[in-house]
Amino acid sequence: MTKPTQTTLKSVVLRFAGDSGDGMQLTGERFTSVSAVFGNDLSTFPDFPAEIRAPAGTLNGVSSFQVQISDHDITTAGDTPDVLIAMNPAGLRANMSILETGATIIVNVDAFDERSLTKAGYAENPLSDGSLGRYTVYEVPMTTITTEVCKEAGVKPRDAERSKNFFALGLVSWLYSRPTESTVAWIESRFSKVELVKQANLRAYRAGYDFGETAELFDARYEIAKADFAPGEYTNVTGNTALAWGLIAAGQLSELPLFLGSYPITPASDILHELSKRKEFGVRTFQAEDEIAGVASALGASYGGALGITTTSGPGLDLKSEAMGLAVSLELPLIVVDVQRAGPSTGIPTKVEQTDLLTAMYGRHGESPIPVIAAITPSDCFSVAIEAARIAVTYRTPVIVLSDAYLANGTEPWAIPDVADLPKFSPNFATGPNHEKADGTPEFWPYLRDPETNARPWAPPGMAGLEHRVGGLEKGDGHGNVAYDGLNHERMTNLRAQKVAGIAASIPALEVDDPTGDAEVLVLGWGGTYGSIAAGVIRSRARGRKVAHAQLRHLNPMPSNIGDVLKKYPKVLVPELNLGQLSKMIRAEFLVDAKSLSKVQGMPFRASEIEAGIDAILGGAL
Amino acid sequence: MSTVEVPITTRKDWTSDQEVRWCPGCGDYSILAAMQALMPDLGINRESTVFVSGIGCAARFPYYMNTYGVHTIHGRAPAIATGLAMSRPDLNVFVITGDGDSLSIGGNHLIHALRRNVNITILLFNNQIYGLTKGQFSPTSEQGKVTKSSPLGSLDKPFDPVSLAIGAEASFVARTHDMDRAHMQETFRRAHEHKGSSLVEVYQNCNVFNDGTFEGITSKENRGSMLINLKHGAPVIFGGEQEFGVFRNADGSVFTDRISDSNRSAIITHDENVEDPAAAFAIARLTHSNREPTPMGVFRDVNRTEFGAATTAQIASAQALKGTGDLASLLRSNGSWTI
Repeated sequence: MTKPTQTTLKSVVLRFAGDSGDGMQLTGERFTSVSAVFGNDLSTFPDFPAEIRAPAGTLNGVSSFQVQISDHDITTAGDTPDVLIAMNPAGLRANMSILETGATIIVNVDAFDERSLTKAGYAENPLSDGSLGRYTVYEVPMTTITTEVCKEAGVKPRDAERSKNFFALGLVSWLYSRPTESTVAWIESRFSKVELVKQANLRAYRAGYDFGETAELFDARYEIAKADFAPGEYTNVTGNTALAWGLIAAGQLSELPLFLGSYPITPASDILHELSKRKEFGVRTFQAEDEIAGVASALGASYGGALGITTTSGPGLDLKSEAMGLAVSLELPLIVVDVQRAGPSTGIPTKVEQTDLLTAMYGRHGESPIPVIAAITPSDCFSVAIEAARIAVTYRTPVIVLSDAYLANGTEPWAIPDVADLPKFSPNFATGPNHEKADGTPEFWPYLRDPETNARPWAPPGMAGLEHRVGGLEKGDGHGNVAYDGLNHERMTNLRAQKVAGIAASIPALEVDDPTGDAEVLVLGWGGTYGSIAAGVIRSRARGRKVAHAQLRHLNPMPSNIGDVLKKYPKVLVPELNLGQLSKMIRAEFLVDAKSLSKVQGMPFRASEIEAGIDAILGGAL
Repeated sequence: MSTVEVPITTRKDWTSDQEVRWCPGCGDYSILAAMQALMPDLGINRESTVFVSGIGCAARFPYYMNTYGVHTIHGRAPAIATGLAMSRPDLNVFVITGDGDSLSIGGNHLIHALRRNVNITILLFNNQIYGLTKGQFSPTSEQGKVTKSSPLGSLDKPFDPVSLAIGAEASFVARTHDMDRAHMQETFRRAHEHKGSSLVEVYQNCNVFNDGTFEGITSKENRGSMLINLKHGAPVIFGGEQEFGVFRNADGSVFTDRISDSNRSAIITHDENVEDPAAAFAIARLTHSNREPTPMGVFRDVNRTEFGAATTAQIASAQALKGTGDLASLLRSNGSWTI
């Protein structure tokens, strides 16, 4: 066989799949990291089960990591994999439904024994029964080679077997012409404490790479050129990390100490983890006894003059409702981060959904308005955290940040902002009395509002002369003492609503991506569907469709121009990973015949699904 | 925030201008009066003092103190106070709660605040009834209690707040009652001075829905024989003529008996500072109703690391090790590349 031909691709979608103990996430992350440093644009989609170690070898235990790398700007991890790396029969079978004809499959052939095939539910070996005829299949004895190369280093076969994911990484690194230096350095540093493991992983990685070069199995080797990034310094972040960093930044920008009260819950826990290891920033993290104590302690910290934050997901948001209502009544800053996951109840804890929008908007008793903002990409979580803090601090209000399981774990290259350019905002604590008694004695009125923002003074304990009492009982307008009078209650209810509505004056207008300016349809998304919708819209435009795209970050209040934007387009399509929650709000608020494109499969939209939705609405089928 | 010297104040300075809205004759009035009168003697500033409450009759307390105060939601005051006390170690944080608030809906927060030993002083007004919702049995009501929600008698076995707090290994646990201002003040003062979580159960009469429930032990005529006053380092004796003592069984439990020459040397000596909560717990289990001799005073007072100070120490050591956090470096901590 001759030397493989060198082929240049514009992009490729790889999916690593294996048992949840096989290290697929780590393998995918390493491949991503090398590609990021190389200069490709990329987007990742980790997809794993809720169980830590589901029964080995079964479909339920399959953990996958999908990454798209490209030489141009991309917004998703790709609809279907070009290459599936299956470490066992279950990893193959679980992903068959998303593979298209012509895809490449690389399998660890050693794992295709009768026992593993049975566990995965195969009656016949798919490698020999002809069922994979539509694909290009490479059978690689990953376990055998890994065990062999590790033997020389004195690693026992059972331990060596665990390094086979590095063999796969090495092989794929060769196939896609990835530089090896940074991965070698990473293995050396990461496993520096256990020499045998380090040796095993290094040897497996090199063996995989060498296998590609010498086995003469592959007739082509690929390159994906660097993408055309704007000059700058980049890093690769998940949504959860970006969110945690955004909160730390918000603390610095407002000069407020951070307090996080949180109860562990998937997929929000990584925010708690990240903040817990950043104590040098003065961050106080408190792992509370339950979700309620998480939000309650955060509110207590805000009362004391800190920036109180709580992070949660799914059912945790329900449990926090009452305390959020108290924050509405106390009019104190509070950030509630909800990393949305599939519900109701426990649902599918590791899978994405956008089903908490209406809960965030309306899920409390009483008239209880709360600003809601949603991150649109993993790195946008950083900006959204700062924006949430700005609103919470400036307007003395709880703010809900909606992220989701896809953004939380997904990554993309992020141009690191210059810290000096980030927007500062001040808590403007009360410094003295703001009112006079009838006899002229100065006094402090905790509910006397700022004429511009309608915000009340924030007077944490410690300031002599400002001692005051607040609570969940209705307060008299201005003086803030307990008041049961009906007309006062109506006035206070309206004031709280006006205050939140008035935030619209401080938020940017909704930007519409409409290259021709005369699109036939507006695709209006919100939050984490940005990437999928953008990719779907590009496909439609390539086929001559005139399509506009706008993505909402601010859900409450919405940007002031949204009414005009909606009325400009003859048709409005609202794709959401729920049964039509934003579309319901749009129809109710703006009397626009918005059509819902809905998906609740625990997976992000594919670009092709958005494209099909656009076809459907333009063809009159929606 | 403020470091000015503590000015001399009077009870009036600590009394807010709000009209007190408890039922006339409620035990809460005497607790409030005791607290307001005690405050000038604690050596603390009004502006550095915060009363946090949940929901219930007792929870209105903060409105009547001329300090900072926050009336929150049902059962959550210990959790809210935890966030406040952790982030503001300079403050004197009091939690005012009732038996329903702290032992029913908020039971979880209470035990966790106690085990963590966060620096808050919890005053639990126990009237053994739900007052604000107009008279249902509470988690401290005696079994068989006939109320609107238990017309045939309640089936629930009650909690004893002191036992529960000791079970949670609270570092300071005491009991007092609304009929004895001096005892209340001394107990509150000690609870306040204790570093860490302190819990004081206050027997409080609800004259509307559960009138006289504690009368058999706390009234002037019954106190002598029915209250066992705990004094650190002193033998545990009680009775009108101090003719009864408390003795320990071989299994560690305690019992009361008439003192005689043969048993006098076996009377137990009260030691608040025993690390093992079992000793205090045994004394807490002496009584199971309001018709038995009942221990009053400080059951347990031990030194344990205060939670908020420990979190502050972790921050300080992280900063000593890594320097004060630098945001620009943080954003590059995953590695970065330049294009």
